Amino acid sequence: MPERNSHSSAYAWTWRLPMILWQGLFFVGPLVFMVAMSFFFVKNYRMQPAFVLDNWANILSKPFFWNAYALTLQLAVISTIVASILAFPVSYFLAFKVSDTARRWAVFFLIIPFFTSYLVRTYSWQVLLAENGVLNSIFRFVGIGTITMLNTKFATIVGYLTLCLPLVLILQTFSLANIDKRLVEAAYNLGSGRLNAVFQVIIPAAKTGLVVAAVFTFILSFGDFVSPYYLGGSKPPTLSILIVDTVKSGQQWPRSAVVAICMIITLLTVAFGAIGYAYRKRA
Amino acid sequence: MTMGSASTWALRFYAALVFAFVFAPIVTAVIFSFDTNRFPSLPMGGLTTHWYELIGGDANVWEAARISLVVSVTSAVLATIIGFGGAYTDFRYNFVGKSLFLGLALLPPTIPLIIMAVAMLGWFANFNLSGQVISIVIAHTVLTAPFAMAVIRLRLNQMDPSLEAAAWNMGASEWRAMREVIIPFTLPAIISALCLTAAVSFDEFAIAWFVSGLNKTIPVFILEIFTGNVDPRVNAIGSFVFLTSVTLIVVSQLLLMQRSKPAGAA
Repeated sequence: MPERNSHSSAYAWTWRLPMILWQGLFFVGPLVFMVAMSFFFVKNYRMQPAFVLDNWANILSKPFFWNAYALTLQLAVISTIVASILAFPVSYFLAFKVSDTARRWAVFFLIIPFFTSYLVRTYSWQVLLAENGVLNSIFRFVGIGTITMLNTKFATIVGYLTLCLPLVLILQTFSLANIDKRLVEAAYNLGSGRLNAVFQVIIPAAKTGLVVAAVFTFILSFGDFVSPYYLGGSKPPTLSILIVDTVKSGQQWPRSAVVAICMIITLLTVAFGAIGYAYRKRA
Repeated sequence: MTMGSASTWALRFYAALVFAFVFAPIVTAVIFSFDTNRFPSLPMGGLTTHWYELIGGDANVWEAARISLVVSVTSAVLATIIGFGGAYTDFRYNFVGKSLFLGLALLPPTIPLIIMAVAMLGWFANFNLSGQVISIVIAHTVLTAPFAMAVIRLRLNQMDPSLEAAAWNMGASEWRAMREVIIPFTLPAIISALCLTAAVSFDEFAIAWFVSGLNKTIPVFILEIFTGNVDPRVNAIGSFVFLTSVTLIVVSQLLLMQRSKPAGAA
């Protein structure tokens, strides 16, 4: 029986308010301020509150911004496609070919790298991919010769995959494991071949989860600055590197805010577009 | 209909390769932290603990470790308290604007860190908070509270909602039911959330780099010594960082994996 004193609103607000206040003040606050900051005026290296379009005009008129934008988009799209395709057979294997216990342990092990220093893992790839690094010493030993990998787009993508693959594998595995197994069996019983069943039945049934995994890969790759900087060689820069350089080289925070807002708009567009596609009714 | 054993083996081999790719960087860092060569390559030089001695004797490393410890413990406690409130609110209440509440609570990790870093930098400057340890704590709490909330919410899912109502019916106040039913039941998840949020904070470098000023955490310290140059000290610190975060994550997961047991006498 609900009694007056056992359902107080003071009690309810005690649990609700910390989250609202903290994320309002320190999550929404900074983002809103960043939008305002993009209209501020910078004079003699000091930022002054104002409403001017200088920063926007400055950034949007620069070819280096649009080059960086195109590069970032290109790298993130490649990363998304490569990660989704590379991960799929493994997720398929984990979802359909192993016991529940084995699957649980596989996910357990995949969660570890996802939460483990990405920075140090990137450094390890430098060691592995360098001219005189581990992989090249193996290549030379077996007579392939030296292959330049560090400071290329290839290395950037390797870094992105390091960041994203564990998460993509987990999300894909969950979405495939949740498919109604009878659907798959029905396809086989109707004489469908294995590959045919994968493309006609399994992928459409798991579409939402697969798209969500791809969206996360895109977001993570699009925003990352470590891989393009330390593995890709930082030149030409991605949008994230533009932000780092702009902030670290002086008081041009408003310009970096402009770049950051352009990134957020892109991410929102991609995320909403993809999720809309994922939830659209199948024909 | 059944998978040919050849293709099953091919899949198994391929899965092993992908897992090897995912874990290669972690293994590499640990192995080469003991290599005598300045530039890690094959064949390895010899075994040494030189790099560990080098970082062990570096006062800057100890200072960074101290700041990292303070930041990750403080933000883990704050994030877990805030996350617990969010999880319990979602579990128990329906109210107007709840989806807004959930968005506010869960969105922070989906915003790229570099963007949050710029936004926080600008925001903190308004309050003269830039370059202070407390601004790293605040930022990491924003970032990790959603993880704490998710972990605790999962545990609440395993609880029969009528348990709490039973406690009320037996005359317990809401506060007492919280203390004697909800908190004991969610305790494994609370500890799990503390470990997970501490690990995320301990590894975060982008925001910490932007807002920390001279107060470098361990990842910021690493970021600044490896500006394109190979420096074996990174492997040594890296191994220590891996050991710390892997331990935290494993403990966190083991606690969560405990299946729900009946929640004792309520």
